[in-house]
Amino acid sequence: MSERLELSCPVPDSGAAEQILLAHGEGGRLMRRLIRTRLVERLGNKYLDALGDAAVLPACDGPLVMTTDSFVVSPLFFPGGDIGSLAVYGTVNDLAVAGARPRWISLALVIEEGLPLATLDSIVSSIAAAAQRAGVQVVTGDTKVVPRGAADRLFINTTGVGKLIEPAPAGPASLAVDDVLIASGPVGRHGMAVMAAREGFDFDPPPTSDSAPLVEAVESLRAARVPVRAMRDATRGGVAAVLHEWAEASGKTMSIDEGQLPVAPEVRGACELLGLDPIHVACEGTMVIAVPPAASADALAALRRVPVAAAATAFARVQERGFATVVVTRAAGQQIPLDEPLGAPLPRIC
Amino acid sequence: MKYLDEYRDPEQCRRLLAEVRRTATQQWSIMEVCGGQTHGLLRYGIDQQLDGCVRLIHGPGCPVCVTPLEAIDFAIELARRPGLMLASFGDMLRVPGSRESLLAVRGAGGEVRIVYSPLDAVRVAQQNPDREVVFFAVGFETTTPATALSVQQADRLGLDNFSLLVSHVRVQPAMEQLAASPDNRVQGFLAAGHVCTVAGFESYEQFVREYRLPVVVTGFEPVDLLVGILECVRQLERGECRVVNCYERSVAAAGNRAALAVVDDVYEICDRPWRGMGVIPGGGLRLRAKYAAFDATKKFGQAPLQVSEPPECRSGDVLTGRIKPTECECFGTRCTPETPLGAPMVSAEGACAAYHRYALPTAATP
Repeated sequence: MSERLELSCPVPDSGAAEQILLAHGEGGRLMRRLIRTRLVERLGNKYLDALGDAAVLPACDGPLVMTTDSFVVSPLFFPGGDIGSLAVYGTVNDLAVAGARPRWISLALVIEEGLPLATLDSIVSSIAAAAQRAGVQVVTGDTKVVPRGAADRLFINTTGVGKLIEPAPAGPASLAVDDVLIASGPVGRHGMAVMAAREGFDFDPPPTSDSAPLVEAVESLRAARVPVRAMRDATRGGVAAVLHEWAEASGKTMSIDEGQLPVAPEVRGACELLGLDPIHVACEGTMVIAVPPAASADALAALRRVPVAAAATAFARVQERGFATVVVTRAAGQQIPLDEPLGAPLPRIC
Repeated sequence: MKYLDEYRDPEQCRRLLAEVRRTATQQWSIMEVCGGQTHGLLRYGIDQQLDGCVRLIHGPGCPVCVTPLEAIDFAIELARRPGLMLASFGDMLRVPGSRESLLAVRGAGGEVRIVYSPLDAVRVAQQNPDREVVFFAVGFETTTPATALSVQQADRLGLDNFSLLVSHVRVQPAMEQLAASPDNRVQGFLAAGHVCTVAGFESYEQFVREYRLPVVVTGFEPVDLLVGILECVRQLERGECRVVNCYERSVAAAGNRAALAVVDDVYEICDRPWRGMGVIPGGGLRLRAKYAAFDATKKFGQAPLQVSEPPECRSGDVLTGRIKPTECECFGTRCTPETPLGAPMVSAEGACAAYHRYALPTAATP
């Protein structure tokens, strides 16, 4: 049966293979070839090579942590990254800040008919490099092709599994007055990089995304035995969204010193021009860490040992709940409530 | 960052705040004309820091807020037409019309596109010769040169599928209406720095002679705002009224002559209704007869529309500084940025939006 299907496949084996066709998702020879030559070859490991319906993974002593995320960023390539590396780091970072050591990820591709194979190749290579850098294996996957117009070139879903490393952070409910909040690097880079690339803003130098794995930074905190209360990667909604959530979870007020918040000059310039506040703009390789005041120096030292967090800076403190959940002190010295934007100022950034 | 850090310097701010407090022997009422200034004052908490010595009254300087409902409803009607693309600045999309907003039209399949420059809309028209492209031209003197340029450009390119729905407004006639009003409480004006960058400030000399109120050309950063306020308070304390430029790094007395020439070529002054303020003589601009082919109201025939303002919305009182947004009964309850009753709760420069964003919760519920 399958032999006959392959012979009657309406699409020639070669020549037409410059771009993704609907047939690439229909289970025939083209699809198998696509998976073997373009995906498995680049991403392969003993779990993926088996090409089963599901990956059988080794036993793990202790709790597992699992997360999932879908990526619809437009454009697919932007300064500092692409949808492939973003799909790996986004999921890996969710595991890392939950206190886990990321181990395995799944990879599901929804491809729009007509995507050039060269584009797919380059994204899959980026996924492979990102997985290696983050120390995870792609152990299972799925490929679907949809007709033109039913998706925008390529959407990716990744699910990640990691091993919880004790002691895990107690979480934002444990935040106490005087705790110090640290940003692991300059904020707002990813959102501005994608926005500038998409809208064709010709900033010089252009903002580049901070898309990167935070695994090493978390390991460094762990190795230095820093008693971390909470960690969150500051993705959609930026640092502001993290602080609003933490304020709600803890019943305390998060108090920001705007002058201390690290912002790259090109991000600041672009934000000024567009009327955005970097504190609301997404990061993809920057996290917020809450530590007790006595551990703040150790935490900063541990973070700064790692390249991805070399510019780590303390920028906020936890206070008793005052007149607002999150407040910011700007140049004029007055504490002002930090607003929460209605929706994303920048759609489709991850 | 140059041109920014020095105008947000905490030490300078502290010094200026102390100087204003020291100078004022009574509480003065000063209007910041531009919505951008309102946002700056609230964002940095300057209004609170000067509580008791300066009462800051926000002015009508939010172009989106004063765009009449008729114009918004006509834009919505146009956006619903098949084959027509309405281009606009992003702010305009969420402003409620009589029944819906442009955003709702877009959600229902209407072609509404956000552009950052009117010249982008010209490019869209050039690339889509089979589509009609209408640019919704709103704004004060700050944006008129760019929309005027788009008309000149479309004319040069010979485009017959590009037109403008013009709702441009001029700030000085609105200031005159406020100053002439019998219940005026404004004792001094912080003139809108960006408007003056284009229009200059020579025309304020006559205004000052007539109304005997100080006019201080003021920028938007905290140090700019405080320098402008201090100058205004000093004049008031001495019983003076003069035009003073405190935004020298971007404003020249005669304005931007090249930009003004483009505006003068394309537009002429007309009376225009302002949302919440009624018809202001000389308060708007319309296309000159030689550019009538680019006038969307002529091209598509603006039928008389039945418009209705939500009766609860007090945006007129807010725009004229008669009440603070927080004094409106609906503020933060029936009117929020998610479900706005009026434009000032929507626009990036709207006073209600500024108060909702930055004001202390206690200010909303006294």
